[in-house]
Amino acid sequence: MKLAGFFLLVAGWAIVVTAVALLPAAGARVGFVLAGVAVELFGLALAVRSHLVLQAEGE
Amino acid sequence: MTPFVASSVLVPSEVSAMLMFCLLLILLVPFAGAGLALINAGLGRARSAAHAMLAAICVMSVAAVVYVIVGFAWQGAAGRPDHVVMVAGKAWGWIAAEPFFLRGLRLDLSPTALVVLLQMFSVGLAGLIPLSSGADRWRLGAICASTALLAGFTYPLFAHWVWGGGWLAQLGANFGVNSGLGRGFLDGGGSSTIQVVGGLTALSIAWILGPRRGKFSAEGMPAALPGHNAVLVLLGCMFAWIGWMSLNSAGAMLFLGVEPGRVVLIAVNTTLCAAASGLTAAVLTRVRFGRPDASLTANGWIAGLVASSAAAAFLKPAAAMIVGGVAGILAVSVADFLEFQLAIDDPGGAVSVHAVGGLWGVLAVALLADAEPSGQWLAQLVGIATLLGFVLPLSYGLNWLLDRLYRQRVEREGELQGMDLFELGAGAYPEFDIHGDEFLQR
Repeated sequence: MKLAGFFLLVAGWAIVVTAVALLPAAGARVGFVLAGVAVELFGLALAVRSHLVLQAEGE
Repeated sequence: MTPFVASSVLVPSEVSAMLMFCLLLILLVPFAGAGLALINAGLGRARSAAHAMLAAICVMSVAAVVYVIVGFAWQGAAGRPDHVVMVAGKAWGWIAAEPFFLRGLRLDLSPTALVVLLQMFSVGLAGLIPLSSGADRWRLGAICASTALLAGFTYPLFAHWVWGGGWLAQLGANFGVNSGLGRGFLDGGGSSTIQVVGGLTALSIAWILGPRRGKFSAEGMPAALPGHNAVLVLLGCMFAWIGWMSLNSAGAMLFLGVEPGRVVLIAVNTTLCAAASGLTAAVLTRVRFGRPDASLTANGWIAGLVASSAAAAFLKPAAAMIVGGVAGILAVSVADFLEFQLAIDDPGGAVSVHAVGGLWGVLAVALLADAEPSGQWLAQLVGIATLLGFVLPLSYGLNWLLDRLYRQRVEREGELQGMDLFELGAGAYPEFDIHGDEFLQR
């Protein structure tokens, strides 16, 4: 789960950078940047959750 | 973004005077480091106080040495050589192409030499931030190794993108002001490059080390482990204030092309941000606990300074107070959320103050800056996405690898005995009784 969280963080960033680099229309660019940030937030939530679970298991 | 002399039409003597003024500002920046070191020591346990201060000296030393050996080679400065990737016909600078050991660089009163000096201090400042989240359990050797990774790779890479003429700085120039990307990512004083990079590294360290022994009960309830010296903490806030005004001013001159006259506005805005944030934190803790909390108010003060860095050159004073007020709310509420909901043990509040406060400062440039081109918010959002999606995984990955090779957390005896006795062989306060963990839930 931790690995998936960090993978989603990187994937979200890749969506953001690709949108900025390749999409000429402002509307589409904004939409994909927001989508990329949403993927990152999901990844961050997953990473946080995984650490909570690991910590509980450790105790 | 270009160094200010490039856009000036001034005679050489006036340029020299401005560079000298900038140098004087830079020489005051270490006060910010001294402030953070005192705050870290004061918020930690008495039995680890000497360790905390020695670690701060080691961090600044390692950061300066590593930055000079490899850091600047990868960060560079605007207008100097870098490696470029062509994407859809646009040049994206991703890493500088300077020689190691500052070879060939004249360290005189030139803008590039001033950038080197400022960055040598700034990277130490970024390195001090994780000390706060790893307090009382982070081995000195691991602190030095982790700082080397930060100063040698993570910091220079992101700083190149923002301050060294890299792709984030060039977003506006590459795609045009009306593209929705404003003037490109803007951060004059380092809310992102110094504070968020340091804050996200602090989060990585808190995760990798785990909580202090006795911090959370079996049911997950956090125990209060108060800092040992509020006077050190509040004195640190005063020092940090001086350093931050200089950092924000020198950064804005070197990286945003701001003229020296604007330093007054930057100092006013920096102070107002810190004041509003500190007062907000004091009021919030007064309402919540019945009395203002000294350490949370100090954290609020620092969060205001952190948030001011990106936007101080662009804000009206009233807007600076709003930025500070929000930073104060975030510093208090996020610290609670991290501890109670996410079980993250961050003794000095590095994540809530530096990472969250810095992210808010970056966003504030887009929301509250005076006379910025429309669409600046998208450029700032791309910067935030880069911090979360690139810097956090990179920092966590590097520190996780380091932990596999060289365990970062001190042994159980070290935590029980205190870092001073265990790692240094002597305490900070030999004439006083130092309490153990006898009052903690087991």
